[in-house]
Amino acid sequence: MTVGDIRLMKGNEALAEAAIRAGCQAYFGYPITPQSEILEYLTDEGRKRGMIVLQAESEVASINMVYGAGGVGARAMTSSSGPGFSLMQEGISYIAAAEVPCILVNVSRGGPGLGTIQPSQGDYFQAVKGGGHGDYNLVVLAPSSVQEMADFVFDAFDLADKYRTPVLILADGALGQMMEKVEYHDYIPADHIPPKPWATTGKPKDRAPNVITSLHMQAEQMEEANLKLQEKFRTIATHEVRYELVEAEDAEYLIVAFGLAARIAHRAVELARAEGRKVGLLRPITLWPYPSDVLRALAARLRGVLVVEMNAGQMVEDVRLAVEGRAPVHFTGRMGGVIPSPDEVVTALNRMAANSVKHPVEAN
Amino acid sequence: MAQEPVQEPTAGELEAMECVYERPDTLTDARFHYCPGCGHSVVHRVLMEVLDELQIAENTIGVAPVGCSVFAYHYMNIDMQEAAHGRASAVATAIKRLLPDRYVFSYQGDGDLAAIGTAETIHTCNRGENILMLFINNGIYGMTGGQMAPTSLLGMKTSTSPEGRTVETAGFPLKIADMIALLPGVAYVTRQSVHTPNAVRQLKKAITKSFQYQKERKGTCFVEVVSNCPSGWKMTAVQSNKWLVDNMFSLYPPGDLRAPK
Repeated sequence: MTVGDIRLMKGNEALAEAAIRAGCQAYFGYPITPQSEILEYLTDEGRKRGMIVLQAESEVASINMVYGAGGVGARAMTSSSGPGFSLMQEGISYIAAAEVPCILVNVSRGGPGLGTIQPSQGDYFQAVKGGGHGDYNLVVLAPSSVQEMADFVFDAFDLADKYRTPVLILADGALGQMMEKVEYHDYIPADHIPPKPWATTGKPKDRAPNVITSLHMQAEQMEEANLKLQEKFRTIATHEVRYELVEAEDAEYLIVAFGLAARIAHRAVELARAEGRKVGLLRPITLWPYPSDVLRALAARLRGVLVVEMNAGQMVEDVRLAVEGRAPVHFTGRMGGVIPSPDEVVTALNRMAANSVKHPVEAN
Repeated sequence: MAQEPVQEPTAGELEAMECVYERPDTLTDARFHYCPGCGHSVVHRVLMEVLDELQIAENTIGVAPVGCSVFAYHYMNIDMQEAAHGRASAVATAIKRLLPDRYVFSYQGDGDLAAIGTAETIHTCNRGENILMLFINNGIYGMTGGQMAPTSLLGMKTSTSPEGRTVETAGFPLKIADMIALLPGVAYVTRQSVHTPNAVRQLKKAITKSFQYQKERKGTCFVEVVSNCPSGWKMTAVQSNKWLVDNMFSLYPPGDLRAPK
């Protein structure tokens, strides 16, 4: 691959720059730490390069502007953090139901409530279990580097357009604020954006009106709309699972972690390997759809699974669902904006190993 | 009172008649689901008439609300988006920003525009978005069964003010058009009604002007229609129109509140 355009950037800025390069035509946002650089960068750089950028009166307005912009066929985006992202949930449910493609970014912070501006993964449940009312899923991409903060914007827009569905990039305050090298490769939006004959751009005489709605008053029609949505989600779940495996081939113990926690877990794997323990890492990249199959396949030969999160233990529920009792599943995490250290993870690994000398199957 | 049976004209008689009134092309054939005598259907019709006369239906995108007119797109043969309750003007803002050469309108009732959507309403107007905001004010939540609205009159009996609205519990009726008329981004604020043929003609003029101002990018146009809700008010259509004149107009008098110089 040829060398691209290399920059040193904050995660938030790298993401914003990627949005411009991905052909994002409209951004609507409201200031909230730790993601305000996205709004600031696009106000300056995005507008210069032709993007519609509007600072809305609230996140409620932002998400409904995204709905309107996505509805006319534009690539549209908003970003926020915890409390602001909670405010958007009504609109996100409408967008998912009305099948309007767009991308959403949650540079999450410690909660609940007003919480803190420090990084957290406490919004996992909200991100992967729907978030708003009704039966829907967001495609959720979890970057773990500044490079991925940029790369996943291109992927998110492509997925959103491909499936006519909202795609969420779930980052955290550290990924948003840290500076790293980021490399941009050529991307021609026109080669990626499909025709959007459903968009509400004004009805020519020779076609029926395009109506973007999530309203189906009759129960049978509403069920039909739901079945169609579920069918789409099944297709996405079949084709779009993404994950990374590190040193998993001979692993007796597997750490499962995403985003920032996966970076820490990666270091913990190196430390544990140096001590002679056979440890691997599974990093889910799509948090929905979840890489359950790969985890289930690995689980049968594992002595234990350690889930590392920056929350009270949320993804661990999906890990248990995937493992289905084939191996013991343990959890370690920090909350409220505290980032666990690699040493803490190794300690948790050692504790888990000490408590599971024998495989539970052997033990029987 | 017994009704006279309606005598359908024969095809020959129809042929001989001069057509003075017909369905606008842009109004669909769908039968209105509105209650008999409700102002919504008249406003829908007038709006579509204006699109036809200005020949802009192909270039117009509407935003439907949540409330009685939630199905507005069943009747309007144009591209439309259905907004969440209160958010129509935010949706319309984005559509207009992306497609500045199209005509964009939002259509909302009083609960939608002046209660849950107050922030979106004020800020859309304050930004001077080049859209038409149509505001149907009948002082009640019709769709949900007749609850008190922000615009319900003092003393008005609704299912959530059964003894009549009082200042102590619910504060004062919100004169949101008057508030909006203070905002410098707004081009045109007018209050109209549809209770008489002449009022309907005045409304049509106001809507026509609004689209002309939109073409000239003069800023937000806000057209309030003081309307009735025979079902919610528990009156006949005729009684409700009289009640509207006797009660609503004293607080919400028809006329322009702001107009371009």
